[in-house]
This record gives sequence, structure tokens and C-alpha cells, in this order.
Amino acid sequence: MTTLPIQDASAAEAAPRKISRKATGADKVFVSSIRVVGSVVLVITGGVGVFLGWQALPTLRHYGFGFFTESAWQPEADVLGIAAVLTGTLMVALVAMSIAFPLALITALYISEYAPARLRSLLVSLVDLMAAVPSIIWGLWGSYLIMEHAAGLAMWLDRNLGFIPFFEVKDADPNAAVPMLSRYSFSMFVAGIAVAMMVLPMACAVMRQVFSQTPQGEKEAALALGATRWGMVRSVVIPFGRGGIIGGAMLGLGRALGETIAVLLILSPSFEVKPRILEIGGNTVSALIAGRFGDASSSQLSALLAAGFVLFLITLVVNTIAATIVNRSRSGAGTDA
Amino acid sequence: MTLAPEADVPQTAGDVVGQTFLPRYDDDAAPVVPRSSLGRLTADEKFVRIGSVVSGLALAWLITQRLLPLEGLPWFVIVAFACTLAVTWVTAAMTDGAVHARDRLAATVMTTGAALVGIVLVSAVVFVAVKGWGALTHLNFFTDDMSGVGPKDGFDQGGVLHAVIGSLIQVGIAVAITLPLGIGTAVFMTEVPGRFAKIVRTVVEAMTALPSIVAGLFIYTVFIVALGYPRSGLAAGLAISVMMLPIIARASDVVLRVVPGGLREASLALGASRWRTVWHVVLPTARPGLATACILGIARGIGETSPVLLTSGNAQFVVVNPTDGVMNSLPLFVYSLVRTGEPNAVARAFAGATVLLAVVMVLFVTARLIARPKRTKTPRRTRRPAVDVVMADPLVEMGPVAPPARTEENP
Repeated sequence: MTTLPIQDASAAEAAPRKISRKATGADKVFVSSIRVVGSVVLVITGGVGVFLGWQALPTLRHYGFGFFTESAWQPEADVLGIAAVLTGTLMVALVAMSIAFPLALITALYISEYAPARLRSLLVSLVDLMAAVPSIIWGLWGSYLIMEHAAGLAMWLDRNLGFIPFFEVKDADPNAAVPMLSRYSFSMFVAGIAVAMMVLPMACAVMRQVFSQTPQGEKEAALALGATRWGMVRSVVIPFGRGGIIGGAMLGLGRALGETIAVLLILSPSFEVKPRILEIGGNTVSALIAGRFGDASSSQLSALLAAGFVLFLITLVVNTIAATIVNRSRSGAGTDA
Repeated sequence: MTLAPEADVPQTAGDVVGQTFLPRYDDDAAPVVPRSSLGRLTADEKFVRIGSVVSGLALAWLITQRLLPLEGLPWFVIVAFACTLAVTWVTAAMTDGAVHARDRLAATVMTTGAALVGIVLVSAVVFVAVKGWGALTHLNFFTDDMSGVGPKDGFDQGGVLHAVIGSLIQVGIAVAITLPLGIGTAVFMTEVPGRFAKIVRTVVEAMTALPSIVAGLFIYTVFIVALGYPRSGLAAGLAISVMMLPIIARASDVVLRVVPGGLREASLALGASRWRTVWHVVLPTARPGLATACILGIARGIGETSPVLLTSGNAQFVVVNPTDGVMNSLPLFVYSLVRTGEPNAVARAFAGATVLLAVVMVLFVTARLIARPKRTKTPRRTRRPAVDVVMADPLVEMGPVAPPARTEENP
């Protein structure tokens, strides 16, 4: 049986409640305490960035613009700059990306479009596992397994394509009876291969995720219009995922720029601005920091911090562009859903 | 039926009534049989595809080992790839047109490329384990430390115990710092939106770009040089924290953001206060995703060498107190032994790397098991809920990527 609510005649005139969005009681404590947590994290993370910039200032003021154009790193002689390490960083990242990008794209397309449905989640997990493999493992892999093979390949490239500055190797004769393999080892090329394996799964994961959001209807429409599977991939999946492809690649680039330990294990340090990726020697900003922090005086430490700050800024710019591209590519994802 | 008017049909056909045309063969028309590329492969096609790869490998062996002076593994891989593509093209072009040949070629490129990546992953894991096998088979490797053991000593002395303990302690410190702060920040960013939350989010996202070596250098400069503390496990733990904090905060933020707003609103509408909503609704809903985010963050932290390299020193013996001087950890153990160059030390390093890899894999599999959606008893074809918290893969989200949009089809 339903009962009608008894109207209370004595009740005050029904008026809309006053709505307050202010937190009261326990909520007040909750909101203010997590606000404190947020502020603490802001102070810590922001503090690191500010500290780096602040520490880098004296160095930048002391060496001026020469800090970016000087290639030597001789603190004893008060001559130091990051031209060599910065170009080295970019060259290693370039090698890594030119290997990792096609492989990541192919793997992402394979997983999202070609792989049997049963295997798909296993493959996704494998790619993620690859991303979780510590960088020192890839360093060992690069220096003990890949190095000799890569050196042989490098020698062939030097012999046949040596006229291109990238593939030139100085002080070594590729046609000699007993070639000096050591001139072709410990190079930026080998370091780039190891770094490529580190950034590949990351780029691949982003690309795959964007590909998997391709509207099913458009894919089926392409197939219904008579496209082959490749035609469907080329005309629907890749255009839809273009943002993810670029963004994923740039995200990988951001990781490649900051990679330390694999480079440190493989590359034999030298301070020279050179495009010759196959030749022994080279250096990156992170390897410089790892190699030089121990015997650093306070001014040299400041210089290292400045180098680290520059690296951080570059990574930050690359990552921000990547995030913008990926987010923009996804904004229209759900239009037909 | 396609009626294709001929050009030479008399156009002045006023007197001709009811002209019929013979259908002409149309190159662009759909084939009468279903296209081979869709649906299940027939046995014939399967044979052609597998046969193409096998003959590509055989041709590559012939070319690199017998015909041309191209020695070494890379050439075999390159030539095998090229030969497989060539054979695929020929076999496809024999039966179908250029369009299908291109389709087949693309499929082969995808499959072989993905297989190559798989081989690389397996090769790295197997290579490390094989190289370290000599040291791994000695039980003392797991129960002993390296005190008094020289780089040339045999495998029956010395072990990795101190590095494992050091790694656990350092990562423990890092987790104790980053987990509450990271998840707390994520809760703040999602539950108390506003201008301040936006600033926090921007800064946290920006700091995920911090290279790990720079995080190490920061702690080295502040904690060791400026404040004058010795190198210790605590410093290493702090360095790992600086590296992990933005990662965990960001990943948790992404996971929390995909908690359906309806759940929150339902809880609030039932009269729950905000912190009760967070505690009893939002966090439990996001638990698997949060666990995955944290475990993967830990896996990343435990494997990172560069911050530890600068801050922890390199102890050869078991150190339990993190504030008590130098310590060791697994990645550092591997790195320093590899650097000696002695064959025995390098083998020991590979064994340490195997242990590290095993730890990371255990963490990873745990994360996956936690994140796996619970199997319901209903038939398997039931639709997943529109927003799947598990779907937000925190590993991807470690980078600056927005939460995945709702999709019907997302494996």
C-alpha cells in the first residue's frame, strides 16, 4: 500500500535549499590534505627543473654562447662546450629512430591488423615486456652480441658507400687484407642499434593504441568497397593513425635522447663533432654526465648540470610536441560512435 | 550485368530499336570468387605463403654462403628479407593481379618485420641467460656477496646477494616515497579540478621528460655535494624517486581519469561525502589499473642504472642500512663488472643481468595478472563495459599520452 506523505502544515514555507559547493567536515580535511600532497609534488618536480636551470645559469653566463659551439670538454683548461656531445646525442637518436621507426610501425600494424585475434593480447604484452627490459640489458646485447656483426656491416658500408660523409670511416682501409675491425666498433651506429631496441616498444605501443581506435565502420566500408587488406590499411588505418605514428615516433625520440647506460657501455668517448656514425668514438650528453660526474669540481659540476638542463629542455620540447600531436589525432576519434 | 556501350556503336541509331550489347570484361570489376586476402586462408594459400618464406631463407643461404662474398648474420637477414619479398611477389603475381600481389607483399613485410622484432627480444633474453649460465649454476651466486672476490676468481666464490638486497632496499625507499605522493597527486588532479590542478598536471607531465641521468645528477648535486652526505642507499633511493614520481603520478592520473563519472555521481547522489566517494568508489574501481601503473613504474625504477650509478657508490658486501655508506644494486653490479673486462667478471655480470631480467619479468607478469579483467561466467562474447579501466595501459601512459577514448573495439 502506498501512503501519501502527510503534508506538514506547520512546516516552514518550502524554499530551495541553499547550495554550497564548499567542502565541509571530513571533506574539508580531505580536500586540503590532497591539495597539500599536490603542492608537495609540484614543489619537488618543479623544483628539480628550476634547480637545474638555476645551476646552469653561472655556466651559461661564464661561457656564453660558446658553450654551444665549443666541442672540447677540458675543464682544466677552462675550455668546455657541448657541441660535440649534443651532435653525438642527435646522431645516436637519429640512428636509433631510423631503425626503430619502420620496425615500430610495422609491428604496430601487424599487431592491430594482421595478427590472429587469439595472439593479439599476447603480442601486446610482449611489446610491453620489451619496453620493461632494463636498458643495461640492451647495452649488453648491443656490445656483446650485435657489435661484431654491426662492425662487419659497417665495413661494407664504408667500402661501398664511403663517399657519403655519414658512412665514411677515417684512418681505416676497408679493403685491407686484415681490416681493422676495431675502427668500426664502439661506434654511434652500434649504440644507435641498442637504443633503437629501447625506443621501439614505446613507439610501437603508442602507434598500436591509436591504430586500434580506427573506426570499425570505416575499415569495413573500405573492405566492402573492394579494398584488399593492405588497401584498407593504407587508405583508412594509416591516415587515421597519422598523429599516433608521428607522436609515437617523437615520444620514442624523447626517450632515445636521454638514454645513458647502453650508450655508455658501447660508445668509446671522444669529443669531436662528426657525422661519421660508423667510426669508433662519439659521445652523448647523458654519457658525458655519467662519465665525468665523479671527478668534477664544483664549476665542472655546474657545467654538467647545464648540459643536463639543455638535454632536458630538448626532451621536453620533443615530448610536448609528441603529446600535442597524439592528443589532437585522438580528439575526433569518437565522432561516429 | 554490366552493359558497356561500345564506342563504335552506330550513334545514329534512331531506326534501331532495342539494341543489346555484349558485356565486356571489366578490369576494375570485383572478381567472381571471394577475394583471397579476406577470411580464412585455404590450404593452398597457406602453403604458398609459408613456402615463400622458406624459399626466401633458402635463397638467402645460397646467395650469402655460396655465391656472393657476403658473410655474417646481418647480410643473411637482409638478403633473406629481400628474397622473401621477391618470391612472394612472384608467387602472388602468378595467380592474381598487381593489386593482390601488393597486398600479399605488404602482409609479408608486416609479418617478417614483426617476427624480426620478436627474434630480437628473444635473442636478448636468451643471450643474456646463456652468457651468464656458468655463474648461475653455482648456488653460491644467490647466497653470497662479492666481498674479497676478485674479478678473476672462479664462479664458486662470490654472488649477487648484496646487489639484490641493495636493489630491494633502494626501490623500497623509492616506492615508500613515490606511491603515496604519486597516487595522492593523481587523486588531487582528478578530484579537485581547478587552475592549481592544471598547473600541477602540466608540471608533472613536463617532468616525465626528465632523463634519468639528470635525476641522478640532481640528487648527486644536492644531497651528496651540497649537503655533504656520503653516497648511500638512501641517496640512490631518492634519485630513483625523483625519476619515478612523475611517471607514477602521470600513469595513475590517466587511470583515475577513465573511472566513469557516473560512478562518482551515483555515490555522491547517495549522500556519500567526497572522500568516501574517492575511498570506496574511485580507488577500488581503478585498483587494477593503479596496481599495474605502480608495478610497471617499479620495474622501470629497478632496472634503471644511471641514477644509481651517480648516487649509491659500489659496495662489495651486504649493506642493510640505507643510510650507512655505499651500497650496491643489480644494475650497478652488472655495469661495474662488465667494465672490468675480465671474462669471469663479465660472465658474472651477465648472470646478474639474468637475475635483474627475471625480477623485472616477475614484476611485469604480476602486473598483467592483476590488470587482467576478471573472467565472468557469462558467455565470452559479452560486451565489455564501455569504459574499461584496465584498458588504460599505464605503460603507454608513462609517456605524455591522453587517456584512450572509449571504443567499442579495443582488445
